Amino acid sequence: METTPVVRLRDAVAVVGRFPALAGVDLDVDAGEIVLVRGPNGAGKTTLLRMCAGLVPIVSGSAEVLGVDVVASPAAVRRRVGLLGHATFLYADLTVEENLAFWTRAAGARRADGRAALDRLGVPERVHGLAVRSLSTGQRRRVSFAAMVARRPELWLLDEPHAGLDASGRDIVDSLIGDAVAAGATVMFASHELDRAEDVAHRSVTLAGGVIAGTATGPDASDRPDPIEGAAG
Amino acid sequence: MIRDAALVAGKDLRLEWRSRVGIGQVLPFAVLCVLLFAFALDPDRNILERATAGLFWMIVLFAAVLTVQRTFAVEGDDGVLDALRLSGLSPASIYLGKVAALIAQLVVLEVVLAVAMAVLYDTTFRGWLLVAGIAGLATLGIAGAGASYGVVGLRLGGAETLLPLLLLPLLAPVLIAATRGFDIAFGRAAGPGWPWAALLGIFAVVYLGLGAILFRPLMEDA
Repeated sequence: METTPVVRLRDAVAVVGRFPALAGVDLDVDAGEIVLVRGPNGAGKTTLLRMCAGLVPIVSGSAEVLGVDVVASPAAVRRRVGLLGHATFLYADLTVEENLAFWTRAAGARRADGRAALDRLGVPERVHGLAVRSLSTGQRRRVSFAAMVARRPELWLLDEPHAGLDASGRDIVDSLIGDAVAAGATVMFASHELDRAEDVAHRSVTLAGGVIAGTATGPDASDRPDPIEGAAG
Repeated sequence: MIRDAALVAGKDLRLEWRSRVGIGQVLPFAVLCVLLFAFALDPDRNILERATAGLFWMIVLFAAVLTVQRTFAVEGDDGVLDALRLSGLSPASIYLGKVAALIAQLVVLEVVLAVAMAVLYDTTFRGWLLVAGIAGLATLGIAGAGASYGVVGLRLGGAETLLPLLLLPLLAPVLIAATRGFDIAFGRAAGPGWPWAALLGIFAVVYLGLGAILFRPLMEDA
């Protein structure tokens, strides 16, 4: 029996400001897949992830995420996806613990899930009581990731998940992605760290100029010709 | 929805407590206004006494604009507004939480203002029941309109300058009704005071109703 893709985009066009960031994207992502979205700066990677999160309006075409029409019911999609963006999505004046408590309770998750996620991300207990404002970039990134993980999203949308992290943080991210998929989630992530990202991904999709310029599957993904070779990375 | 609104209100009040913007900046600004009006109008004590109700509500409105700006500025930082959209909280509960937090801050402001005016203007507050009723309903209206326009300010950018232009004209009826009601309560004008309270109640219901409905599209576009 054929299963419904977790993400199904058909000729999806998204405009950010006046700029057509995505100019007709067709993409299927199956349940349990880890899909790397690659491409040069401005290719539309962030917009693609935000569109799948229901945060960017789709001006034409169609988009279904987790079986829900994103155009008709963006709110129904949003509460089931987790987005790690360039921003931290944290209140700078609240402590790490208060941020986690707020975001987990808002999502209907338990406070203990927040603490467990902080532990998993390697956020030391001594910083739990510190204001986010006082943390380093890497620590903020870990807390931001923990807040997303604690919500137990079905679809993980990660924009540069390794950015700003040290080697141990990057390893933790890779292991979290693997665990999420093992637990039944699906992952799409954008990255410029192609060596590491291709080791994690089942499939890679290359965006260029707002359209999908190529795909590669399996362990030889990195060997496929890149239509924008040299631009990414 | 009540649980979620309480969550948002608690978070807003905690943020305010941490940043001390209200206590450290908005309250001193309000007290400074009381003091400056006293300097400006003191030579004619009669004018100061007659203008007390109007000055009180003018200062409340100015301070409310600052409070609304601060309340929504934190949502515009570091992608938090996107996180709120993704959080699973309904826009109506976010709106109500914002309104509740604004009410709490405005009540503290009004109490401090009343004390400052009692000391500096030698104002005697009478008709406590009417004063409390009018203050409560006016505060509800100000918070209801403020929470709606706060998110509009986020959308348009330049909230510091735009918000007063958007919000103050909308709150002019609240200013008029609350001032008239206070004048009657203080015994400086004749007539029944409760019709003014009823009018404020109508404004509050309209602002809150429209805010709860419009907050979702306003938040989407922010």
